Amino acid sequence: MWVWRELYSVSQSYFEFFRLPAQYDVDLNLLDATYRSIQAEVHPDKFVTASPAERLQSIQTATLANEAYQTLKHPTSRARYFLHLNGVETLEESNTAMPIDFLMTQMEWREAIEEAENAQDIAALDQQLTMMKKTAKSLQQALAAALSSAESFPEAAKIVRKLSFIDKVSADVGNIIARLED
Amino acid sequence: MALLQISEPGMSAAPHQHKLAIGIDLGTTNSLVATVRSGMSTVLQDEHGHALLPSVVRYLNNDEVIVGHDAQAQQSIDPVNTIVSVKRFMGRGLKDIADRAHIPYIFVDASTEASTRMLQIDTRAGLKSPVEISAEILKTLKLRAEKALGGELTGAVITVPAYFDDAQRQATKDAARLAGLHVLRLLNEPTAAAVAYGLDNASEGIYVIYDLGGGTFDISILRLSKGVFEVLATNGDSALGGDDFDHRIYCWVLDKVRENATNFTPLNEEDTRLLLTKARQAKEWLTDNFEAQITCKLSNGIFVDVTLSAPQLVELTQTLVIKTLAPTRKAMRDAGLALEDIKGVVLVGGATRMPHIRHAVQEFFGQEPLTNLDPDKVVALGAAIQANVLAGNRSDDDLLLLDVTPLSLGLETMGGLVEKVIPRNSTLPVARAQEFTTYKDGQTAMSIHVLQGERELVSDCRSLAKFELRGIPPMAAGAARIRVTFQVDADGLLSVSAREQSTGVEANIVVKPSYGLTEDEITNMLKSSFGAAAADKQARALREAIVDAEGLLEAVKVALEKDGDALLNADEKQNILNHMAALSTLCKADDNQAIHRASEALNKATETFAARRMDASVKNALAGQDLNTLKV
Repeated sequence: MWVWRELYSVSQSYFEFFRLPAQYDVDLNLLDATYRSIQAEVHPDKFVTASPAERLQSIQTATLANEAYQTLKHPTSRARYFLHLNGVETLEESNTAMPIDFLMTQMEWREAIEEAENAQDIAALDQQLTMMKKTAKSLQQALAAALSSAESFPEAAKIVRKLSFIDKVSADVGNIIARLED
Repeated sequence: MALLQISEPGMSAAPHQHKLAIGIDLGTTNSLVATVRSGMSTVLQDEHGHALLPSVVRYLNNDEVIVGHDAQAQQSIDPVNTIVSVKRFMGRGLKDIADRAHIPYIFVDASTEASTRMLQIDTRAGLKSPVEISAEILKTLKLRAEKALGGELTGAVITVPAYFDDAQRQATKDAARLAGLHVLRLLNEPTAAAVAYGLDNASEGIYVIYDLGGGTFDISILRLSKGVFEVLATNGDSALGGDDFDHRIYCWVLDKVRENATNFTPLNEEDTRLLLTKARQAKEWLTDNFEAQITCKLSNGIFVDVTLSAPQLVELTQTLVIKTLAPTRKAMRDAGLALEDIKGVVLVGGATRMPHIRHAVQEFFGQEPLTNLDPDKVVALGAAIQANVLAGNRSDDDLLLLDVTPLSLGLETMGGLVEKVIPRNSTLPVARAQEFTTYKDGQTAMSIHVLQGERELVSDCRSLAKFELRGIPPMAAGAARIRVTFQVDADGLLSVSAREQSTGVEANIVVKPSYGLTEDEITNMLKSSFGAAAADKQARALREAIVDAEGLLEAVKVALEKDGDALLNADEKQNILNHMAALSTLCKADDNQAIHRASEALNKATETFAARRMDASVKNALAGQDLNTLKV
């Protein structure tokens, strides 16, 4: 059995791993291309006939490449990771305090989703998804601004928590739609 | 038994010697084997010119087994001992088999822990597990390949439905092992099809593979770009296929016969098998014709003569076609794609020949599906291409498959709920860790229950394994920090480890699914299939040790030639050379334990070298990337 090298004990950050500047704004095309060229070198498929020591290295590095790529690809996880590197933890699980207006919006969403679910209205759920995507987009813009200076990192962490919430509700809506379609 | 000839490490394999590697499509209804010859992927035929081997195994008296067309021809006369569609039972327990009443076999629960073990089938040759039955099919294909290629095989890529869970994958790998095949990789069927199709057509963009086989349905969405096949999402139904269409027709025929017969007695097994065969033939006939005549005489004297029209077939099976669209929608949603993003839709599997399936797919995607490769052969052709690459025959490194895990993996938490650790559609290989804690003061053990599936309740997911982490020092509830790590390798197989963080108490297991066979069971099956003679066993063990050692020596030799001088100092290099020399000397003697020990020592001696080589590979990739960026 291969043993996973602890993620955070690696000597370099995910940004360094892909030789990207350690900032929130990432050239996604470059990230894609770099990820693919690294996998082309390190993927276990390239080491099927290699020694066990090399196969182990391969699976560990390929796993790290996948983890790093997924983390940097998505805006929410990229921001969370960037803040982590800068000593700010977003703590979504323990810090659930949200501004009152966001809480109100949440409740409206939840109600709309429940209503659409009961009415088995897939179109309405799809609409809800589109709306949440829009909200996420504007939050991501605010996030980019907040991440540009260390003073606003706490504000950025707040936005990440909001985005995490939207990601979660979106996933739930996706599951509801899948269930209704079955 | 003849021993392999061993040459000096420095002179063993010629540098560009072609390795014999095969791709096997182990299908529900038919199986195939293919290989790459002179750069072309080709399906291998048997001595009668058949490419397809019906996945049918008949057990005769005196330990004889027939596989393929002959077995298929005899299934109506000996249904109890003639196993068809065994793939449906791989990694499955008795309670998973929905329509047992329609299946003529004598099922047996495998062991005392009845409800959590793989089922077995009682034949005249004794109890057979689906793994053993599948191994018979694989052995037949292996023999066919060895005859056609005239040599010993380096290894095989075996395809599995993308939607197969861990238990089904493990069962497939075990079957290959029983058949004496070295598995280079388990490859998902739609991905294999994409390889055959994509390379043939030099395609770029997003493609959907719609794969309806004899017993399984898969949908995969891939991004093809410069030889990289990246699976974005996969979904499916591992109990839906062409067999179900046959079954619908069969039920319809039965109803018709009942309407007309005055005193209709239930069908015996022979008649059931006969009518199912007739149903399959009618289905195939209706692909190119408007009407199919179903005629036969049952053993109770009743004469069946009914006519099935194409529109009637559509009516009977439309719900099955619709059933394939729900996973299709889910996969599209998971990939985050709209219909207009799809560049092409490829049809795979014999069942996609049915016109109403083609029509439904065309309607859904708004474009005509691609069918220019034989839907029966495309999976085997793709598997052979991948086998050829994995065996090291292709030096131009322009093929890379990035596949995903089809189902989420998680753990049982309080209240019978599942906490997901690795979400579905994660790119392989993947590893994730999650921390858990104790809920009682002084709790010293924790039971870890591994599950696979999308639902929230433990009872709705498939249980893969249970194990215990013991020896946690007594602490207050919530104080212990137990880190559980899930790792899924490139074959899609899971291993799990657990560790108490503050004390370092550890438990590692390779998840042998509850439905799988135990190591002992496999060893016993291997023993019985290779005869009981102790000398034979020993010769085999020695042979295996030597083959493995040779492979290791060759791998290290190649690595040293390439990077030895750049990455090692003289002492480090000499140390590795010494270990190599020691191992190759031992390979000439007959002590397989000593060979194992020396192999391990050599491997250990190369660990630093392997790590440096990997770092160099990553640097190399980044350097190439810099060049590409400069060009842009």
